[in-house]
Amino acid sequence: MRKLHELAHCRAGDKGDTSILSLIAYRAEDFPLLTERVTADAVKKHLQGIVLGEIKRYELPGLGALQFVCERSLSGGVTTSLGQDAHGKSLSYALLEMNV
Amino acid sequence: MREMLRIGAGAGFSGDRLEPAALLAERGAVRYLVLECLGERTVALAQLRKRRDPTRGYDPLLERRVELLLPLLKRNGVRLVTNMGAANPIAAADAIIAIAQAQKTPIRVAIVTGDDVLTKIAPDERTLETQTPIAKYGELVSANAYLGAEALLPALQTGADIIITGRVADPSLFLAPMAHEHGWPLDDFDRLARGTSIGHLLECAGQLCGGYFAEPGRKDVPDMAHLGFPYADVDADGHASLSKVEGTGGCITLATAKEQLLYEVIDPFGYVTPDVVANFSTVTLRESGPNRIEVRGATGKERPQKLKVSVGYFAGYIGEGEISYGGVNALARARLAGEIVRKRLGAGFPDMRVDLIGSTSLHGRSFDASEQPYEIRLRVAARAPTPERAMLIGEEVEALYTNGPAGGGGTRKYVQEQIGIVSTLIERAQVSTKVTLREWSSDAQAA
Repeated sequence: MRKLHELAHCRAGDKGDTSILSLIAYRAEDFPLLTERVTADAVKKHLQGIVLGEIKRYELPGLGALQFVCERSLSGGVTTSLGQDAHGKSLSYALLEMNV
Repeated sequence: MREMLRIGAGAGFSGDRLEPAALLAERGAVRYLVLECLGERTVALAQLRKRRDPTRGYDPLLERRVELLLPLLKRNGVRLVTNMGAANPIAAADAIIAIAQAQKTPIRVAIVTGDDVLTKIAPDERTLETQTPIAKYGELVSANAYLGAEALLPALQTGADIIITGRVADPSLFLAPMAHEHGWPLDDFDRLARGTSIGHLLECAGQLCGGYFAEPGRKDVPDMAHLGFPYADVDADGHASLSKVEGTGGCITLATAKEQLLYEVIDPFGYVTPDVVANFSTVTLRESGPNRIEVRGATGKERPQKLKVSVGYFAGYIGEGEISYGGVNALARARLAGEIVRKRLGAGFPDMRVDLIGSTSLHGRSFDASEQPYEIRLRVAARAPTPERAMLIGEEVEALYTNGPAGGGGTRKYVQEQIGIVSTLIERAQVSTKVTLREWSSDAQAA
């Protein structure tokens, strides 16, 4: 069991109440493993309580990357959230805590 | 080989650092310098400043940026493209003219307006986020349509030294000079998509160069204190090579470029801008030298029929209070403090949030069950309809000094007005853009 943190790097972005997590393999040979293990369902389970809406996953083999578009993840949206990290910028490292 | 066009990214947000742009203008050999300074909420906040003072409402750092850059731009023949006009591009141009006058530098400024559609949006129009009619959001502060490269082209054609505008889609600020210099037709969607991918890679400036990337021991970035900002050499087909000024800190690698290419992209197969629907999944990145990445391969489809509009509305106030606990049982004491505040105020503030900073405040949980933090900062936040009521939160947290658990220290209280943002769409025909010229020269002064 390894943490995703060993295999990939991640950056979080936001649009409204949607968090966008870009997961990028350090090495191309790890991309198939990420594709197999880090499914939309697995991410939804890992980020339970954080991502309240649907998660859509896009596969980008050319970049060795998976893009997770997570709805209802920012307590109502960047501009009116009561949280400190209203943009959910730090969620990238919450995803990298996942065990694969 | 056809001529390369070099465009630099001198700011990635309103509060960005000033020096990297000066380095690009001074030593970057760029022909265009783009300053992207408008976030989702920035225009609404600028609109509020304009209401209080009709000569304001543009970027708060505009004067400092222009005073620093103007001599360098003039000396090296660099044109500036920026959205620092925010809610008041005309007043921004007047401020630029005043600086040019003070520096005795002849200048021509082209102003692009037309993004402000507050009087044009229908109250029954629904938001993209919740499908609620806009009228339901109460008093609106601002409504700005995202303009595309098309709106900037007539301004570029005037030959002006500076092109200033308000809300324009970020990548379009970069695409416009490419389309202008290389003569790309606005229905050549593959070229527009390539230009858009380059604009997207550049729009956050330092983020392409290792900014927002570093993690010690894992993703090391050299000399971050002197982080350089990027530029692109774009050829006539929209293939580009990305790099940064020699000797600056940071790094441009495949990893930094991949993070930036995908950053905030809701659909990598269909990235929608006013100019094109771009497919980034076909983009290829290649490292061709130290701090040099070749970008090619984005493909495009026809631009959307309607334009996106960002609508700002008054969303009440948020009150906050903070206090710290350290040492044995810090977590338990902070928790108790939170419970006390909740009991004292909770009934009047149904929308209250209690955070344990240092433990679970960011993600509502910890992924490491074993931790026992040495110190915790308690944060209580709640929404309120008035600033007076919002202030009660901080006051009650401050009162924990003599009415709460042992050892609390360092209280802070804040009240902030909230501007909410939602989006909607508008027909292109309803948005008419215009170019206005302002100039100053010592000859005109003499005459």
